[in-house]
Order: sequence, then structure tokens, then C-alpha cells
Amino acid sequence: MSGLPLTSASPAGDAPFRDVATAHAPFRLGRLILWVAIVLVAVDFAWIVAHNENFGWPVVAAYFFNPTVISGLYVSLGLTVVAMALGTVLGLGLAIARMSKDRLATSFAALFIWFFRGTPLLVQLIFWYNLSTLFPQLSIAIPFGPTLASWDTNSVITPMTAAIVGLALNEAAYMAEIIRGGLLSVDRGQTETAEAFGMTRARALWRIIIPQAMRSIVPPTGNQLISMIKATSLVSVIAMADLLYSVQSIYNRTFEIVPMLLVAVIWYLLITSILNVGQSYIEAYYGRSDRRTGAAEKPVLAGAAVQEASH
Amino acid sequence: MNAVQSMNPLVQARDVHKSFDELEVLKGIDLDIMPGEVVVILGPSGSGKSTLLRCINHLEAINKGFIAVDGQQIGYRLRNGQLEKLSANGIARQRRNIGMVFQQFNLYPHMTVLQNIIEAPVGIHGESRQEATQNALKLLERVGLSEKAASYPRQLSGGQQQRVAIARALAIKPKLMLFDEPTSALDPELVGEVLATMRDLAKQGLTMIVVTHEIGFAREAADRVVFMDGGKIVEMGAPEDVIGNPQHPRTKAFLSRFL
Ligand SMILES: Nc1ncnc2c1ncn2[C@@H]1O[C@H](COP(=O)(O)OP(=O)(O)OP(=O)(O)O)[C@@H](O)[C@H]1O
Ligand SMILES: [Mg+2]
Repeated sequence: MSGLPLTSASPAGDAPFRDVATAHAPFRLGRLILWVAIVLVAVDFAWIVAHNENFGWPVVAAYFFNPTVISGLYVSLGLTVVAMALGTVLGLGLAIARMSKDRLATSFAALFIWFFRGTPLLVQLIFWYNLSTLFPQLSIAIPFGPTLASWDTNSVITPMTAAIVGLALNEAAYMAEIIRGGLLSVDRGQTETAEAFGMTRARALWRIIIPQAMRSIVPPTGNQLISMIKATSLVSVIAMADLLYSVQSIYNRTFEIVPMLLVAVIWYLLITSILNVGQSYIEAYYGRSDRRTGAAEKPVLAGAAVQEASH
Repeated sequence: MNAVQSMNPLVQARDVHKSFDELEVLKGIDLDIMPGEVVVILGPSGSGKSTLLRCINHLEAINKGFIAVDGQQIGYRLRNGQLEKLSANGIARQRRNIGMVFQQFNLYPHMTVLQNIIEAPVGIHGESRQEATQNALKLLERVGLSEKAASYPRQLSGGQQQRVAIARALAIKPKLMLFDEPTSALDPELVGEVLATMRDLAKQGLTMIVVTHEIGFAREAADRVVFMDGGKIVEMGAPEDVIGNPQHPRTKAFLSRFL
């Protein structure tokens, strides 16, 4: 041991100076073999899939940008965006109602969440679509009093409105719980400070609490958004021409079931991939105050500080 | 305001009682604080110091008695000769000129130091962003943190965070400042910088109510020391009397621990 002073573990107290900058990662043969094996299997699998006639790749390519498919894609995306936006706004309202001290508001929110989370979305959609068989007329009226306005249900509930209402209300129930969790995760002292400074409840929520809650709201919301894109495929049962419905309508004519489903699958995967990238940017934005380096290291001029404040 | 009015107390508390469920925490507090006065509240843990402070800006509602700041009864208004509870927004309006500094700093972590300071002046007091920013930079200079304007709270030491919190409270140009153990969460070597800032404010005539365990600060900076125990004010007077020559056995026992 004493003959190899530089490589042996030194007893405590006299560790020789060895600059970590000269260190290198050890070579691991096992890892390399594992990598090679996995890459081989993956390439082989891709090869088999690509050369399998039954997948009908030429058909996939031919129909990938088919106008029917693209318009279905637009419907799916549009439904997702609208239902998600409505669901989030409504969910925020429900979360606030659920957390308020008002018994009426908390009971209503709890009942809403209980119902819409507790029943299958498919059934909800079918109910909305068939609302006219339950209520032929929709009216705005004073309870037990005169009717102020009235519409024929079939003219209000088209497949489009049924899909939007169904998806948005269902989403609201889930978003309410996600947002409530986020609001609860913010330190109680923050609310108190905002209060002590004379902020109104609404302002405290908007400026202080929600921005901090976003860090725990964003990841599950990304999840919800991706679920939502796939959930829009359920609206094909109410004759809404979404992406899945469009490819179905094509393979009902051509009987190219697998290739057409592949077209849909690839589109769904593409959209979710884009959303994943977007989500990581949003997460980075809301995590910016956590970075220890950055702003503090830069010399700060008054001008730069002014700019910072004006965001 | 005329001379007579300015001699009215800024804070008036009469027979203030506060209970949490069964536990009575304040048992009849009477306290008047004049404009420009620096009052330090001392007392053992659990004696109700924080609660009293939080009642003054109505973070806690009192059960009995009366608290007024600057002539306005906090949390209530008179309507047709009847006392009526104010709405949350009404209370928010009353708090606008009361600054508060917390033991845990409570800076807004998602905002830079500068944004923290201008939030209330711009958002609540309707100052222009430019005016508020200029004032904020002046305040930062005053607490010795000019170069930290663009930092986030997490990038600052505890002492620096607390000084930013003080600047943030000063930015609303408060008539009254409440400090709840502003140095208790700090490492001993950081306590000095915060106390120096506070001593500075005291000299400049700001009305301050300070709950602290820093006897040295009380002795030097306070106009009056209030000693609380068991939800009551046990002894009150000039620091040289209360700290230098305590009369009540509880005060003596409490102070003997700091000798
Ligand atoms: N929100 C609350 N709910 C129930 N009890 C409370 C609440 N806040 C304070 N108390 C109780 O009131 C009593 C007084 O608390 P307070 O915080 O005013 O004491 P303090 O004098 O500030 O003590 P310390 O020096 O430890 O901060 C304590 O017994 C505490 O447990
Ligand atoms: Mg306390």
C-alpha cells in the first residue's frame, strides 16, 4: 500500500491533493452491452413493423393529409382547446367556491364535482346529445313563475354544443380538484401577508396565490390536456366529425382499418409530443424564482431593474 | 389636521378581549399609542403578543372591546347609529396604511425584490409604476440592498429578506408599522443588520409597535415598553423603568433570563 501513495485510499487527515477537474467517468462495459442490445431490438422491431404489409404504410402516407382527416384533426383540436379553456375557468370557480366559507357555495361545488367525476364521460355525452328527449324546451324562467325566454332544445343542442358542454363540465370537475390542491399548497402566510397589505381577496388570489399555485397545477393540467385530446375521440359516438370519426368514415368505405387507425394514432402522438414540449416551457417559467443563480449574479442597474418590474 | 387632532392617539385599544374557542388569549387590553411613538411589547411565549398585533390590523377579529387606528374603528363602521361589521374589502381598505413585518418574512417568492416592493403601491395605492419603482429603489438603498432589486427572495439571506420585507412595508408610506418578532427567524449574526434598520426608522419618527425578544433594542429604541403576561398588560412605562427597574414579579422573572 505504501508503495502506491497516489492511488490508495489515504487515512483521514492527509488526503493528497487531487484536482477533480482531472477526474473521468469509469468505463462500464455492462451498460454498453445493454445499450447495444436495446438498440438492436428496437431497430429490429421498427424494421419488422415497417416491412409488414398488413400495416399498409403506403395507405397511411396517402391518407395522412387527406382533407377529411385534417378537418377531423381541426375539430379534435378545437374541441380540446375550447373544452379545456371552459373547463379550467369553471374549475377555478368551483375550486374557489369549494374553499370558501359560504356553505351554499361549498355544497354546490362538492355536489357538482361528485356528480361529474362519478359518472362516465361517454354517458354524459350521450345524455347531453339526447337532452331534447328529456327536455324538449329549454327556458329561462323564475322558479314556479313566468317564463322569460324559451328555445327548442334541438336547435340549441347540436352535436357540437353537446360535445363542448359535456367535455367542459366533466373537465371542470377534475380541474376544480387540481386547482384546489394547488391553492392549498401555497403557504398560508402568503394569503395573510396579502391581507395585511390591504389587498382584496380577488387581487390576492390573482397576484399572489395563483402564480404560486401554478407550479403544482401545471403538471397535472398537462396530464388532463392530453387525456382531453384522447377523450375528444368519444364524441364520435354523437356523430361529431373529430379525428377518430373521420378516419372511421374513411375505413368504412375502404376497409383499410389498421392503416387509417395508424393515421389517427400518429396524429395523436404528434400533438401530445408538442404539448409535452410546451408543458416543460411553462414549468420552467413558473419555476424561475427557484433558480439560485441568474438575476442575482448580474450587476443590476436601475434601468434594468425598472425593466424587470414592468413585466 | 390641526395640532389638537395630531395629539390624539394613533392607536387606541380599550378592554380588548380575544378568545380562540375556549382559550382566552387577550383578557382586557388597554393601550394608547401616540403618533411617532415606538412601543416594544415584551413577554413570555404564549402571552398573546402576536395576537394583540394581529388584532390591531384585524387579521384576527376581537370578541369584545374596541380597537381604533387613526380614528377609525378597525373592522366595523357605524351605520344609523348601529355598529356593523365591515365587508372583507372594507377591512382591506382600512389596512392600507398599516405596514406589517412578519417573523417568517413572507416575501412573495414568485416576484423579484423590486416587484415585491411595488406590488402594493401600484396595485392598491394607485401609484404609477415609475414613481413606485423610484421610491422602491430609494427604500432599497436605505436598507442597504440596492444591488438586489432584480433578485428573487430565495437568492437572499434571511437578514436580507427581512430588510426587503421592511422596505416593502415602508413602500406603502404607512402611518403605523407592526413588527412581529422580526429577528426571531434569523441567525444571530444577521440580527444586527435588521435591528439597525429598525433603529433607523424609529429615529425618523415612524410609529412602530414591535414584538421582540431583543431587550437591547427595547432599551435603546423604545419610547415605551409594554410587558404582557397571560393575556394582560402587566407593566408599562419608559424602558429605563420597565427594563431597568421592573416592579412586577413576572416582569422581574422574565427579564432575569436575559441578564
Ligand atoms: N389561530 C389560533 N388558534 C388557536 N389558538 C391560537 C391561535 N393563535 C394563537 N393561539 C394561542 O393563543 C395563545 C397566544 O398566542 P400568541 O401567538 O399571541 O403568543 P405570543 O405571545 O406571540 O407567543 P410567542 O412569543 O411564542 O410568539 C397561545 O396559547 C396560542 O396557542
Ligand atoms: Mg408571537
